[in-house]
Amino acid sequence: MTAMILKGKDADWEIVCGLEIHCQIISKSKIYSGASTQYGSDVNENVSFVDAGMPGMLPVLNEECVHQAVKTGLALNCHINKHSAFARKNYFYADLPQGYQITQDKFPLVGEGKVEITLEDGSKKEIGIERIHIEQDAAKSIHDISPTKTFIDFNRCGVGLMELVTKPDFRSPEEAGAFLKKLRSIVRYLGTCDGNMDEGSMRCDASVSIRKVGETDLRPRAEMKNVNSVKFAMQAIEYEAKRQLDLYDNGEVMEQQTRKFDAVKGVTEFLRKKEFADDYRYFPEPDLLPLELSDEYINKVKSEMPELPDEKKKRFVEKLGLTPYDAEVICEDKETAAFFETAAQGHDAKKVANWLMGDFFAMLNEKKLSLSESPISAQNLGALVELVSQNVINGKTAKDVFVLMAQTGDAPEKIVEEKGLKQVTDTSAIEKIVDDILSSNPDNVAAYKAGKVNLMGWFVGQVMKASSGKANPAVVNQLLKQKLG
Amino acid sequence: MDEQTVKKITFLSRLKIDDDKVESTKDEFVKILSWVDQLKEVNTDGIEPLVSVNQNNIALRKDEVTDGNKSAEVLANAPMKEYGYFAVPKVVE
Repeated sequence: MTAMILKGKDADWEIVCGLEIHCQIISKSKIYSGASTQYGSDVNENVSFVDAGMPGMLPVLNEECVHQAVKTGLALNCHINKHSAFARKNYFYADLPQGYQITQDKFPLVGEGKVEITLEDGSKKEIGIERIHIEQDAAKSIHDISPTKTFIDFNRCGVGLMELVTKPDFRSPEEAGAFLKKLRSIVRYLGTCDGNMDEGSMRCDASVSIRKVGETDLRPRAEMKNVNSVKFAMQAIEYEAKRQLDLYDNGEVMEQQTRKFDAVKGVTEFLRKKEFADDYRYFPEPDLLPLELSDEYINKVKSEMPELPDEKKKRFVEKLGLTPYDAEVICEDKETAAFFETAAQGHDAKKVANWLMGDFFAMLNEKKLSLSESPISAQNLGALVELVSQNVINGKTAKDVFVLMAQTGDAPEKIVEEKGLKQVTDTSAIEKIVDDILSSNPDNVAAYKAGKVNLMGWFVGQVMKASSGKANPAVVNQLLKQKLG
Repeated sequence: MDEQTVKKITFLSRLKIDDDKVESTKDEFVKILSWVDQLKEVNTDGIEPLVSVNQNNIALRKDEVTDGNKSAEVLANAPMKEYGYFAVPKVVE
């Protein structure tokens, strides 16, 4: 049960939410011009006359933007429309000098599909995709340099976007959050969008309405613009649903409207009524012919698909013996999954996963490093696990070796060799230590024999200490048991 | 077609129509609409809308950077520019 039920004065209400997500397409050049998409360039340097809306300039569609959108559509189990067409969406705003956006309207490139999300309690739910179409991004407006003017940088204008529209299938903030995370993970695996919501390369609008449980019609909705993190999206949906409940409970009218989420205050605020919704006056784009794709093309894109997070998780669980939870965490991003696979190559994969998710992530957190900056290479992490599996060192020594690896970046074999940390497995050497401990602690020996069997742990500890932690614990246990009868 | 509709369309089109021209503009709109109505008399049942008379497939561009690095030219006709930006009257959401 993942739906969020709101308790109203005289009824239970449910949330009905759909998302619209704009994903900046990864490509070298813009969707309709040859200007660069490079982020962080000097102001207005990546601008062609096409992007600047100069009269007479004609758009030419970038084949890579089509390719990236088809790839994304296939990964989300969507129907690819072999025939799609471009449309003009007219609006007058300083960030789009043409006076219209070249987008797709009635004939989007990607049609319906579905994505399965996994929720925290382990339950699964299918979310419908309505469509994905491609279009151009607008320029960036900067309001805070001058008190009287808005400054505009057209470097972003014309960067390709995929706009993904879901069906109104979300019944709780958690479901919307899970979908956003999943989508982000998939586009990152595909390399079709870098998925950074805080930098604006993935932007989310959430439409929220509520209705009494059992109602089938939709009530007026509020569309919340640009909620720029998964957490904010979840907060905005929850806040907005409760706000609407208060309206209904107080007998007020909920009108269709556009709102924005204020992340600092944690509230949504009224922006405008949606009365101009039909005034975009879409019409077929005269400067671009319809796009026709062949079956060969679509099959070729299919054949290039990388292993996606869900398939990878399944393989890690079935072939490498990870728990579903381990696999979920490790597969969330492609780089972590690749690091894990390299580390686990030829070693005990489950143990490698434990190290990775335990000491290794803790080390990165503590040092505030990203995975690519890790002092411990994937190969060395695997080698450390192997040293334990081969009984060269025991688990406790391994923890110390790990700390030294993080400090020096050295291979574990080198550290073990130099520091003389090899586990003593030679029974006679351990036996000598055991005998010493037993003969110098006659009281405890007597107490153990009288029934205080939990002293065994103490004996093991003493022997390990005397061996500087190098004794093989299994041998120590076995010998102590023999000698104490 | 009434006066309100004429004003709304001219606003959306960013056309300035003086009040004394609204009536004559309305007449022009009505003429255009009645012409479109006349076109609608043609039976188009079962015929796909024709987006373009050009029957070729769309020409695509390779994903290469071939343009840009000419901010001075791009800004040349800007009525207002500052620090390399286009400057416009403050737009407040």
